[in-house]
Amino acid sequence: MRPQTHSSSSSTDRRLNSLLRHLQNNSNSIIMDSQTTIISSSPTSAFNTNHSVFANIPQGPEDPILGVTVAYNKDPSPIKLNLGVGAYRTEEGKPLVLDVVRRAEQIILNDRSRVKEYLPITGLPDFNKFSAKLIFGNDSPAIQENRIVTVQCLSGTGSLRVGAEFLARHYHERTIYIPQPTWGNHPKVFTIAGLSVKYYRYYDPTTRGLDFQGLLEDLRSAPSGAIVLLHACAHNPTGVDPTLEQWEQIRQLMRSRGLLPFFDSAYQGFASGNLDADAQSVRIFVADGGECFAAQSYAKNMGLYGERVGALSIVCKSTDVASRVESQLKLVIRPMYSNPPIHGASIVATILKDRNMFSEWTVELKAMADRIISMRQQLFDALRARGTPGDWSHIIKQIGMFTFTGLNTEQVKFMTKEYHIYMTSDGRISMAGLSSRTVPHLADAIHAAVTRVA
Amino acid sequence: MASRLATNNQRIIIDQTSKLGTRLMSSWWQGIQPAAKDPILGVSEAFLADPSPDKVNVGVGAYRDDNGKPVVLECVREAERRIAGNQNMEYLPMGGSVKMVEETLKLAYGENSDFIKDKRIAAVQALSGTGACRLFADFQKRFRPESQIYIPVPTWSNHHNIWRDANVPQRVFHYYHPETKGLDFAALMDDVKNSPNGSFFLLHACAHNPTGVDPTEEQWREISYQFKVKGHFPFFDMAYQGFASGDPERDAKSIRIFLEDGHLIGCAQSYAKNMGLYGQRVGCLSVLCEDEKQAVAVKSQLQQLARPMYSNPPVHGALIVSAILSSPDLKSLWLKEVKVMADRIIGMRTSLKENLEKLGSPLSWEHVTNQIGMFCYSGMTPEQVDRLTSEYHIYMTRNGRISMAGVTTGNVGYLANAINEVTKSA
Repeated sequence: MRPQTHSSSSSTDRRLNSLLRHLQNNSNSIIMDSQTTIISSSPTSAFNTNHSVFANIPQGPEDPILGVTVAYNKDPSPIKLNLGVGAYRTEEGKPLVLDVVRRAEQIILNDRSRVKEYLPITGLPDFNKFSAKLIFGNDSPAIQENRIVTVQCLSGTGSLRVGAEFLARHYHERTIYIPQPTWGNHPKVFTIAGLSVKYYRYYDPTTRGLDFQGLLEDLRSAPSGAIVLLHACAHNPTGVDPTLEQWEQIRQLMRSRGLLPFFDSAYQGFASGNLDADAQSVRIFVADGGECFAAQSYAKNMGLYGERVGALSIVCKSTDVASRVESQLKLVIRPMYSNPPIHGASIVATILKDRNMFSEWTVELKAMADRIISMRQQLFDALRARGTPGDWSHIIKQIGMFTFTGLNTEQVKFMTKEYHIYMTSDGRISMAGLSSRTVPHLADAIHAAVTRVA
Repeated sequence: MASRLATNNQRIIIDQTSKLGTRLMSSWWQGIQPAAKDPILGVSEAFLADPSPDKVNVGVGAYRDDNGKPVVLECVREAERRIAGNQNMEYLPMGGSVKMVEETLKLAYGENSDFIKDKRIAAVQALSGTGACRLFADFQKRFRPESQIYIPVPTWSNHHNIWRDANVPQRVFHYYHPETKGLDFAALMDDVKNSPNGSFFLLHACAHNPTGVDPTEEQWREISYQFKVKGHFPFFDMAYQGFASGDPERDAKSIRIFLEDGHLIGCAQSYAKNMGLYGQRVGCLSVLCEDEKQAVAVKSQLQQLARPMYSNPPVHGALIVSAILSSPDLKSLWLKEVKVMADRIIGMRTSLKENLEKLGSPLSWEHVTNQIGMFCYSGMTPEQVDRLTSEYHIYMTRNGRISMAGVTTGNVGYLANAINEVTKSA
């Protein structure tokens, strides 16, 4: 083969040149001879440097939620509004790092004795201890009786995945019932772990509230022992939560059917502004002495999004069971990522175990929750002022970061195209992305969508 | 007030039903067996629990300085100071920090790699080496479901767990030669030749864990050639770049040989050891593709696997890595510090061997200095290791793997003596 000159710099040429250089430079004559022989004379040889074993891989679909931000970022319009991902924004539309978090970070940074060694597989012990207290209550008998196993995981997603993998291996029932609708990533997490996903009725589009009867009927007809995913508070995407009385009925039904509760608590403190109130649903289940799972996330309530901090707790009947369960959880975690990331958990532990910092946190958390509640009120008032057709009271009845507007996909597309408003196609808007300044623009867009698009 | 009233009402309701609840329900988890402790991480747990003042931990592969203390590199401390307070903590994209990934690819593929220029590498930030291997294993299962993975004997024990949990069937290939305590090259090549065409192989790029036995450059070239003949897929796990010889470029030689030969490799990289970022869980998974279009498709599929596992990777460690690798002063400091770590380990190898020879050990300890990287495969049996632990409070994994990073001028004499005692009548 004659050497090519380097006149062209296309990638194919570069590859060929590199291959040629190798063949010519190879000083081991025996190998070079057989190489040359094989390359030139064997059309059926398995050798084909250029063919990838992954050649036929299709492009994966854009994630429907994270894809919204991708699209938003591409839009050059100065009036664009990102109401997609549930990440908190200030009145100025900026991401927020809590003051108490910055302080915790400084403490960690200045502590030269801190190292960055591996955490245990189950994570930072203090973090686990205080996370359990946060969700189950400082005086929880289950904690005092030492029958809760808590493992640090990668935020809510990681906690759900580890819990799901554990269930797929050790639980006799492989079906999990999840609310219709739910966070888009839920079915993916459970399915990939090996569980089969079924839905229970949850949202009533006619009332834009809870389809309580439908929920009870569907849970009643679930096979005994089935797993049931429950949003502890601030249901995502609808913002519709059961009342305490309804939670009590759900609890009784589930216990009588032997259904296993799996709580997803991603918004504790964010819903009502009160950490204990937002954990009541979980606590009434634990108070009856039964078992349950709880996935916690600090992404929103501590603003630690990208640090991936969360915890999975499994409330067991006894300490002995809890200890065996913990040992099996380690077997799930080790081949996934070995041990969890240290930084975010250190921040959380620093805050939770210091009374002053904890108290500061509750104040900052309430401020975020209050701002969102105020946005709800402002949006509701703005739509009323425009005389937008329809009942928009669900905006102030729903709770937490999201409002399920009730807008359909066509209307959503219209709002994106004409008003540069980015939201998920199910009509979910993140209230955290709104400000007093941008509420009018959103109200205009909704008004236009409702009056001009079917 | 309202929530207090609600709580009181709850209490009444719950009192009535809770007795019923607790009486009827037994645990769903009654039948669960206690799982075996992880063979590596369990060692550290046992070490921590030992009250003896003489105890020595040569178990887990985490670097220690000559005082036996964990080390946070100066370049890392400085990077943390520079990033503190400046960044928000927003979600990274599913594929992680683009900047960190770009810098990381340069380390593996070369600073001026054409593959990077041509955007042919599908790469995502991963949860250190474990996470990178697991993502690849899941990816392999999803898109090449008929494939298996050939794993060297021995290997890091968690490799088996990873591919097992990904449901990829495993085969083994010869690697370590117990008689020579070196590479069983002939048997390795036989296994490569006799495996079905297009098999997937796990290769340790440098500083093989647990043996410390690496192929020579010439051997790597032969392996690469045979891989081409067979159309095998090479997956490199590179957890010790910089740590083996002290020079990251040199430690990437195996990968560069395969790249020159035109292989479309997969590669897991970790910053746990070479940047001392252990607990931050920072790493990278890359797959070299035929062209940019394919790389985009593969990357999107890797992201699809990350989303239901953890959604997006942790930001803090990635910021540290980016800060270091993209600032010339920090990068040059890092290179110096990596060399110091590697040199200390090489020094301890020499010292351990000399101590054993001075004690008059009847065995050959050449392998201690022939092997490379953090680990020494001592050749001791599990029973001998157990004696080291019970009689001398020396902790290591039962396969006889010594983490040289745990050896210091302070304990090398004690360690040599203990090893000699348990092996001299072998």
